[in-house]
Amino acid sequence: MSYEFLQTLWFILIAILWIGFYFLEGFDFGVGMLLPFLGKKDEERRAVINTIGSTWDGNEVWLLTAGGATFAAFPHWYATMFSGFYLALFLLLVGLILRGVSFEYRSKNPDPKWRNRFDWMIAVGSFLPALLLGTAFANLAKGVPIGADMNYVSPNGLAATLGLLNPFGLVGGLTTVAVFLLHGANFLALKLDGDLRERARAISKKLYFPAALMVIALAVTSYIYTDISTKIGIDPGIVPIASAVALLVSIYFINRKMEGWAFITVSLHIVLTQVAFFMLMFPRVMISSLNPDWNLTIYNASSSQYTLTVMSLVALVFVPIVLVYQGWTYYMFRKRISAKKETLVY
Amino acid sequence: MNPITLSRWQFGLTTIYHWLFVPLTLGLGWFVAYMQTRYYQTRDENYKKMTKFWGKLYLINFAIGVVTGIVQEFQFGMNWSEYSRFVGDIFGAPLAIEALLAFFMESTFLGVWIFGEGKVPEKVHLAAIWLAAIGSNLSAVWILIANGWMQHPVGYAINEVTGRAEMTDFIAVIGNPKAWVFIWHTLADGLATASFLIIGVSAWHLIRKQYTEVFKPSFQMAALVGTIASVFVFLGGHTMGQYMYEAQPMKLAALEAIWETEQPASFSIITIGDLTGRQEVWSLHVPYVMSFLACNNFSCEVKGVDQLQTEYEAKYGPGNYIPLMVVTYWTFRIMMTIGFIMMAAAAWLLFAARRAGYENAKWFKFLPFWAIALPYFANVSGWVLTEMGRQPWIVFGLLKVQDAVSPNLTILDLWISLVGYTAVYGILAAVMFGLMKKYAVAGPDAAMHESVDVAPSLLGAQD
Ligand code: HDD
Ligand code: HEM
Ligand code: HEM
Repeated sequence: MSYEFLQTLWFILIAILWIGFYFLEGFDFGVGMLLPFLGKKDEERRAVINTIGSTWDGNEVWLLTAGGATFAAFPHWYATMFSGFYLALFLLLVGLILRGVSFEYRSKNPDPKWRNRFDWMIAVGSFLPALLLGTAFANLAKGVPIGADMNYVSPNGLAATLGLLNPFGLVGGLTTVAVFLLHGANFLALKLDGDLRERARAISKKLYFPAALMVIALAVTSYIYTDISTKIGIDPGIVPIASAVALLVSIYFINRKMEGWAFITVSLHIVLTQVAFFMLMFPRVMISSLNPDWNLTIYNASSSQYTLTVMSLVALVFVPIVLVYQGWTYYMFRKRISAKKETLVY
Repeated sequence: MNPITLSRWQFGLTTIYHWLFVPLTLGLGWFVAYMQTRYYQTRDENYKKMTKFWGKLYLINFAIGVVTGIVQEFQFGMNWSEYSRFVGDIFGAPLAIEALLAFFMESTFLGVWIFGEGKVPEKVHLAAIWLAAIGSNLSAVWILIANGWMQHPVGYAINEVTGRAEMTDFIAVIGNPKAWVFIWHTLADGLATASFLIIGVSAWHLIRKQYTEVFKPSFQMAALVGTIASVFVFLGGHTMGQYMYEAQPMKLAALEAIWETEQPASFSIITIGDLTGRQEVWSLHVPYVMSFLACNNFSCEVKGVDQLQTEYEAKYGPGNYIPLMVVTYWTFRIMMTIGFIMMAAAAWLLFAARRAGYENAKWFKFLPFWAIALPYFANVSGWVLTEMGRQPWIVFGLLKVQDAVSPNLTILDLWISLVGYTAVYGILAAVMFGLMKKYAVAGPDAAMHESVDVAPSLLGAQD
């Protein structure tokens, strides 16, 4: 296998990991953010949590694997991106920590105050990563101040971190939050039973227009803040249009209470938007806002051919196995969950 | 403080913290899986209670292990970006493989285990806990292969053009003998840590004569496993000493505070020195033992720090290649002393527990505290010795810590994250310790009936 082929392959694999992460943790984050609002009684909150209880950790591993794979296949990308987004990533990690322990600890004490506190930690711990990831991806598309030595030229610090919250970054972050909320509501409508299912449908309906507005805002600002109108990696062709159409038709299914199709179409929207993002970036992995010669690309940021070959073999064998058993757990736990005390796992 | 010092503090604190929870996960998983298997085979309700009770403690501990692990995965890029550029080719591979092979397995099947009871077939439920336990231990294997490479780089070449280390032999990297002694010592250590927790908690209940049907068998099982595991920990440790003699002689000299080359080398049981360790105030030495520890031979030569410093300067250029002696010397003493105590204690318990009425003995009262605490001190000491004994290198012989740190971080960034992690981790520790204690003290009945334990309604949401 030629070096260039391997570099392209690993770009695609890492893109797939991020896309999978957005799709899977997208609804986990959405469910987490909706938790305090949707569940009024303890059983209801427990039912909401249990829709993702057995799978959220496995979904989070998509992020860990994306991180690990980036480290192995494109060390410079890993080094520049993670040190560059230092404080944002720190906040994201704090969010994930709060969320992760809360799932396990909330039921360990019957005190309503205790449980309520952990439920809010789940919500905040889902909101922060969603917002920060959206912001980070928007800034990746816009370009960040990378110098000739592949490091950020300016020292990091508060100013640079706040700089991530430029208008485009902010739009990216809020759009991600809005779409994940919608995605989570659809997922809940699909997994819950009875009254909760109705409430999830109603929320999905309410969330649709704000989410769609944010997506439009993101599309418009992309033309202003990124170079997609002039210089693109691969022509994404119909991908962005398909992504918009998917979102557009989802309202039909949401109104018709066809939650299965609503979930599929919004998922498609998320997946296709991510696909379009990676097509626009390719073959760049990070854009320097200072000088195009200082971009990180799959060619100058990658590991050696030997490492990529070894890693390809490992991935070839193990990725299918992982996909099979993860898919199998969703099948195992496919039954709808209702807020009846006797049937809930605490 | 400068960015390097801050990054080192942060890495040390967060990694030690992660490591406080990992050994118990590694070992307790096997216990819970075994107990559930016994229940499956015998239908003896006591095994079910054991599974539930220890399983609860396992999960409370596991949750923190997972969330602190995520921080570890990101920190290399965030704080050690130059390190990541230099070693990504080699070090990144086991890390990525760990996620793909081990984390997916452990998290997916643990989810099935927690939520699957009564929902998936019983055999599948049983298989799930075994797969989760195997997954955790596999994760340890891969991360130790990564760490082993930092201690003893193999299977690489330095690229003349880019100056980066590149992998040339993957089999050599995963077969790194240094990594495999780490693995041996650490996996046995996990079992020993879990055994001593079980011994301690069981003793607490046995003293109070409650739930004996659960805690007697737990106690005996743990005494047996604890004895065997402690012996393996010792044998692994001894083997590590020999690899160190070959690969990191400076670390070996530093953990013994041997300044001048000795042949044969004596072992210092205790040395009181001034802070640099150079001036000996009082000491107790056993002849020949150090030579034996280092090379299985009572008369070999063990090089002293001074000679090694000269040799290293000739090889790597001027600089200080001596790790902080106070730390290496004392961490080694602590770990080793505890190792011997654990071996002796577990064997003695195994023997004592055969006699009737052992739980009334006076010494039994001391078990709950000491049995649980000891392995933790040894665990932390062991890693501090390993990592600080490697100083000033981050990758032995190839890259120094000072050249590994991210260049673009400011002092402010680092203070924010260091203080932030410390605060979050501190609160987590308090919550988790409270919960562990609550469930350990409450006994198996509470663990069996947790779903009953439901709050009537949430704040302001009466119906
Ligand atoms: C309960 C925990 C525990 C106990 C009782 C011991 N150890 Fe240990 N030791 C560890 C837990 C540990 C550890 C924390 O797990 C380390 C850190 C790195 C590693 O792989 O294991 C370690 C590292 C470590 C090292 C450093 C390896 C290196 O840097 O290359 C040596 C030489 C020993 N051990 C030797 C011993 C000896 C001779 C013991 C006597 C019985 C002993 N250990 C007991
Ligand atoms: C879980 C057990 C571990 C513990 C308790 C631990 C502990 C430490 C400590 C205390 C330091 C600070 C040393 C110093 O600054 O002088 C350190 C540094 C470091 N360790 Fe470990 N470590 C562990 C495992 C690992 C593993 C598995 C790796 C790699 C895969 C690793 C990589 C590093 C790195 C990169 C540094 C930073 C450089 C340095 O300051 O020395 N550690 N670790
Ligand atoms: C500095 C290096 C380390 C990194 C980057 C790291 C990374 C991680 C990550 C990302 C997780 C969470 C996985 C999940 O979401 O399920 C985790 C958990 C875990 N890690 Fe680490 N880890 C390190 C050190 C170690 C060491 C030295 C060991 C054992 C020898 C270890 C063993 C485990 C185990 C058993 C778990 C499972 C959960 C638990 O800890 O309770 N890790 N680690």
